[in-house]
Amino acid sequence: MDEFDVVIVGAGPAGATAAYLCANAGLSVVVIERGQQPGSKNVSGGLIYAQIYDEIFPNFWKDAPVERTITGHSVVFLGDTAATALDYRAEASAPHYNAFSVLRAKFDPWLAAQAEAAGAMVMPGFTVDELIVENGRVCGVKAGGDELRAQVVVVAEGTRSQLLKQAGLREAYSPKDVSIGIKEIIQLPEQTITDRFQCLSADEGAAYTLVGHTGGVQGGGFIYSNRDTLSLGVVAKIDSVYKSKKQPHEILDEFKSHPFVARLIHGGEVVEYSAQTVHRGGFHLIPQLYGDGYVVAGSAARLLLNNVMTLRGMDVAVASAAAAAKAVIEASGKGDFSAAGLASYEEYFKATSVYKDMQTFKNVYPLLENDRLFSTYPDMVCAIMEDMFSVQLQPGKKGYRALRDRMKDHDVSLLNLAKDVYQIGRGVAL
Amino acid sequence: MKIVACIKYSLDASEVKVDAASKELKMAGVPYKVGVIDKHVLEMAVSLQEAYGGTVHAITVGPVSAKESFREALAMGLEEVVLIENPLEGQVAPDVTAVVLAEAIQKLGDVDLVVCGEVSDDGFTYQVPPRLAEALNMPLISFARTAAIENGRLVADRDLEDSVQTVSVPLPALISVVEESNTPRRPTLLEAMKAKKKPVNIWNVETDLGLSAADLQQKAALEKVSAEGVVVHRKRQILKGDDLNALSNELVDLLLADHILEGGA
Repeated sequence: MDEFDVVIVGAGPAGATAAYLCANAGLSVVVIERGQQPGSKNVSGGLIYAQIYDEIFPNFWKDAPVERTITGHSVVFLGDTAATALDYRAEASAPHYNAFSVLRAKFDPWLAAQAEAAGAMVMPGFTVDELIVENGRVCGVKAGGDELRAQVVVVAEGTRSQLLKQAGLREAYSPKDVSIGIKEIIQLPEQTITDRFQCLSADEGAAYTLVGHTGGVQGGGFIYSNRDTLSLGVVAKIDSVYKSKKQPHEILDEFKSHPFVARLIHGGEVVEYSAQTVHRGGFHLIPQLYGDGYVVAGSAARLLLNNVMTLRGMDVAVASAAAAAKAVIEASGKGDFSAAGLASYEEYFKATSVYKDMQTFKNVYPLLENDRLFSTYPDMVCAIMEDMFSVQLQPGKKGYRALRDRMKDHDVSLLNLAKDVYQIGRGVAL
Repeated sequence: MKIVACIKYSLDASEVKVDAASKELKMAGVPYKVGVIDKHVLEMAVSLQEAYGGTVHAITVGPVSAKESFREALAMGLEEVVLIENPLEGQVAPDVTAVVLAEAIQKLGDVDLVVCGEVSDDGFTYQVPPRLAEALNMPLISFARTAAIENGRLVADRDLEDSVQTVSVPLPALISVVEESNTPRRPTLLEAMKAKKKPVNIWNVETDLGLSAADLQQKAALEKVSAEGVVVHRKRQILKGDDLNALSNELVDLLLADHILEGGA
């Protein structure tokens, strides 16, 4: 009864995917989930990039509770009251589509059900208190007074993962590598959302990434359209929030008060508020992913990717879990669950597109600590736009003149601007 | 001892919101779950089984889609859950529930004790236990805080709000319990894992119980006219002044006048 091949901690995208793949390969799998049902404990933004899911759950969108197909992506710079947007719109590409908005409270139970159908046992409502470690080897978990032994433990407990740290298997994380996500779900009529986000039908939606107007803290906002709700939030560096002396909800309220955001949420009712720490992710923070008797995947392993335009966690979780599952299945074939037996996880993960993307965008991170990006430039960009679009009684100016004048207003030297352009270039463009 | 626990897959009343303008209850999207009172029913049934031996079977009338919601109940120590498919559209009416439960309990056979909750989490009619006792021709001890079996009789303390009455009845009997009767156990992980193998058996009123669904639909005598939130008009009186003593006296006088406080000055 208490001997399994695989015990998985957490039934989010990483845990459920690992469970599905391991159970499909004939291993005995139990997944332990803290929430009363999968999805009830997370504070996820809610955008999934479809292709990685599609490889594992073909055509999942036909069956899974996805909200809208994302056909519009915008990057919006919020000035004091103005906004300047880079707006990309495209027809919904044929399958596999690019991205979907999801509400995890609906989506995760579906994923967990796929794992159950494959033969995994999903146990919601139980918290894993600690790993059982004997002679430096993980050989099971303790949960609610019971011990559950396993050949291998998959740690997929999400962003606040403490199990490996408790067991002395990893270092404590540094606060500077942690952000806080503050999020609301705002209810609006389906048709209102369709119209407001300029979509043709309720199957289509848009995703906005917003920079600026986060009360001076280093962070960005997001707005995703779901079927009859919006997921809206701010992700901000936790040390920056601390320094600002602001409460998380104050930062969110300030963000919501910006006219650009206020127009989108006007008349909506807040039906959910939540906040949670979230890793900043990044290539330089990829930890050791395996050891004797365990592997770690998804947010529990700090695997996230932020490139200013997109913030990816859920597809990174699935890709890492799939690589981990492959290694676990092989280890089972060899009968060797030691670190050496599980080492192929790293090779498989390094072969994923996700890993390569993390590598590609590894220079984004210094950019995310550049205060000018969050407080000065959004405002400056809007001021330049104002110059370009306003017809006044004084003679107008050409773009470069407007830029130089506004730089003076905002105390930005040419040298700083050049440095920042270089940084932006290295991070996301070149 | 064969014990039957009657439980209900209820609306989560804490999630029901009232529309500010129309005072209508907003029922759309309100989740269902095994009720709070039902956990106390199960705890009572299982602790009696632990004390006197035998088996506990839970019976419920509800939608087939509720099947997976009884896992935690099974983990508390039941043999099985019998889920009888609701023959009506929407909420089950208490008079229909009683008939259906009675038939199902007879079908289980040789039942010594039936445990119900005093009132459901969502319907609040208080009707099912007495109707069920009548249909089964069993004595009923209602609003029980405790229960024990002594010399083949059921002995229980009834909660009468201002007093406690101890009564005993011969078995087979029916008992309805109050929330104060116990603290429901939380199944451990291993108990919950074992419960995964326990059955939720689905019965149909016609094929399994030999009742006519059409008759039952006719029987549902309650017609819902409307359900509205109550509006409480506040007095909105504000007392102003600098003398705190005078203000307190004024406040006490007002409360006495409104009979919110009783007593002489």
